[in-house]
Amino acid sequence: MTELFDATMLARVQFAFTVAFHIVFPAFTIGLASYLAVLEGLWLYTGRDAYIRLFRYWMKIFAVVFGMGVVSGIVMSYQFGTNWSVFSDKAGSVIGPLLGYEVLSAFFLEAGFLGIMLFGMNRVGKKLHFTATLVVAAGTLFSAFWILSVNSWMQTPTGYALNEAGQYIPADWFEIVFNPSFPYRLVHMVLAAYLTTAFVVGAVGAWHLLKDKTRETPKIMLSMAMWMAVIVAPLQILAGDMHGLNTLEHQPAKVAAMEGHFESYDGAPLILFGWPDMEEEETKYAVEIPKLGSMILTHDWDGHIKGLKEWAPEDRPFVPIVFWSFRVMVGLGFLMAFTGLVGLVLRLRGKLYDCPLFHRLAVLMGPTGFICVLAGWIVTEVGRQPWTIYGLLRTGDSVSPVDLPAVSTSLAQFAVVYFIVFGFGVYYLFRMFAKLPKGDEPQPVDRSPIRAAGTTPAMAVNPDAMIKDKKPEGGK
Amino acid sequence: MLDLAFIWAMLLAVAILVYVILDGFDLGVGILFPFLNKGKERDVAMSSIAPVWDGNETWLVLGGGGLFAAFPLAYAVLMPAFYTPIIIMLLGLIFRGVAFEFRWRDPAHQKAWDYSFALGSVGAALCQGIILGAFIQGIAVEDRAYAGGWFDWITPFSLVTGVALVIGYALLGACWLILKSEDGLQDKVYRFALPLALGMLLFIAAVSLWTPMLSEEISGRWFRWPNIAILWPVPVLVAGLGLLLLWSIRTRREKLPFPLALGLFLLSYIGLGISLYPYVVPRQITLWEAAADHSSLAFMLAGAVILLPLILAYTGYAYWVFRGKASEEDHY
Repeated sequence: MTELFDATMLARVQFAFTVAFHIVFPAFTIGLASYLAVLEGLWLYTGRDAYIRLFRYWMKIFAVVFGMGVVSGIVMSYQFGTNWSVFSDKAGSVIGPLLGYEVLSAFFLEAGFLGIMLFGMNRVGKKLHFTATLVVAAGTLFSAFWILSVNSWMQTPTGYALNEAGQYIPADWFEIVFNPSFPYRLVHMVLAAYLTTAFVVGAVGAWHLLKDKTRETPKIMLSMAMWMAVIVAPLQILAGDMHGLNTLEHQPAKVAAMEGHFESYDGAPLILFGWPDMEEEETKYAVEIPKLGSMILTHDWDGHIKGLKEWAPEDRPFVPIVFWSFRVMVGLGFLMAFTGLVGLVLRLRGKLYDCPLFHRLAVLMGPTGFICVLAGWIVTEVGRQPWTIYGLLRTGDSVSPVDLPAVSTSLAQFAVVYFIVFGFGVYYLFRMFAKLPKGDEPQPVDRSPIRAAGTTPAMAVNPDAMIKDKKPEGGK
Repeated sequence: MLDLAFIWAMLLAVAILVYVILDGFDLGVGILFPFLNKGKERDVAMSSIAPVWDGNETWLVLGGGGLFAAFPLAYAVLMPAFYTPIIIMLLGLIFRGVAFEFRWRDPAHQKAWDYSFALGSVGAALCQGIILGAFIQGIAVEDRAYAGGWFDWITPFSLVTGVALVIGYALLGACWLILKSEDGLQDKVYRFALPLALGMLLFIAAVSLWTPMLSEEISGRWFRWPNIAILWPVPVLVAGLGLLLLWSIRTRREKLPFPLALGLFLLSYIGLGISLYPYVVPRQITLWEAAADHSSLAFMLAGAVILLPLILAYTGYAYWVFRGKASEEDHY
């Protein structure tokens, strides 16, 4: 590992860093855009005032998140060239057009109608405004479609040929776009975005309910979020399982790393926890359930599972990261399903808005979607290593002819700027979460000390601070 | 068979021009931002671009993504060559992009985000100009890869084009604000526009005289017979438009300066195209050598033919929705 900090490694760290920061924002905006469309639709359909208040509230948050997604995304469209120019030259003919379609069919759509959605309510009328909201939501989904097609092609390349200049060229576009892992990855990611958003919305609702059980909009937030959780979380577990089986078929080395299997088995155990040691080629301190691994992966107690020893050491991904990220994702995923289930039970008993313990759980679960998205991303990307295009182009052969100082300087710049800029962004988001939707704040008369003594005194919103916060926003 | 590489080169050239014009004026507003008063002036200026800046910047993604898709070799050579200015440009765009929202969300630090907006805009504009200059000068290529040093992009010429673009964008921003503002703010930007227009004309002249000196190929293209007989209207048109622009600012015809400034950008861009055609990496790689596979170009063209007119239509619609004077009330 002496070459740990060579230019290739730093270029990888830079890509991982910039993409990890970026992916959090789209994961949130894909879900939020659909949520906004639902809220506005409900408002138009029912005429209930609470829905438009919620819409305005989450639209402001959407604007902040979307802005951060745009600027961090522009960086990504240039990272391929600056740091991975050999990859760009070789794969450009195949994945370039897919990215081109993403720009043409998604980015312009979102950007073109975002302005109308944010600023146009009084200019275009309700129906056209709702159309703009729907178009923005559709744009976010189109974007997910194309970028996941690109990513999936790098995982399971099909439909290509090689030309005399050593470039991969398209042979069959349908096979390229709808490559074998794409449908599974797309469903898994879109569901993840919806779940992520649901748990943020639920946490914000629950947090306000903890302070004041009587407000209308927090109840709606928690209720809608928990419907999503109880329906989508189990679907996501199912989708994840199918995605895993697809990975076993096309990238068995990745699954071996996820499972921590170094040996091949007929009837593999399910390793719950352990420490995969790549030098010794075994998973130490393993806590395992016999034969369950084969059952899950092959639906047969004695199914054959390949271990990592079937691949040469230089063809294996870095196991501990894949192994542990996978456990984080799956563990939190089940916790999400559990939360949704508890929410359903409470709802059936009529206690959903009346159970502080559950509201605390919902607050704690707020960030879990993001953690899952990142962990899942790490599993699939680190698990693809040592390849950029699986089985075809090695990561070490993809990198730009860049110097160590150039990559390390730019990496340091990105790190500093991202932590400052997006740190402030996240801080602003929390400040927005801490406020109630406009029109749902406590009226001045019932701002009595008795009611304000909420269950979480330290975090309770100081009414004077709210007034102060409100003032500069006047007229906005 | 259609020459798809040529069609894509033209499409990409148009996309980059649209980017320069559209993001040019909103970057320009950012460059002028420190000279506007806090409060109403800055709020109006911000409101005049807030609904459209995101769409404007998407043309940059199309430029980068389109280059990657249609001319992967050029993308692979140019990006490492301009590594540092591209990264600084991206960081500048981050600082200015988040300011649109953050300045409203954090009134206590609004001043800081206003400076982040201004500095980010200046940095992005300067780097784009520097990249343009370094691109015109040409870069070292060996064996399908960039073969120059890490600071080749800093030259007297590229610094001049960098400053020229900052001034040009500021001019576009000023003319845009003339269109979108009233009263005190409009008076102020009229006063900015005049020296900026003069500066822009000066820099156009300087870069136009300097560029042919960079290579015999460029000077031959402009000055050799019969080209000179065909091309002489370009500089004459620039001079004519420049005079009209100065006149329209002096006489305060509020609808004229913006399209005239756009005209100057268009002519300069055409001039550049004449100097550089048919290279995607000047005097090293032609557009045909760098083009992606025929099937890739055809696949994308099918989409572009349908989607680009749609994009232009709804982008136009968005501009139409927000037509007329901007007001500081225009925030949700």
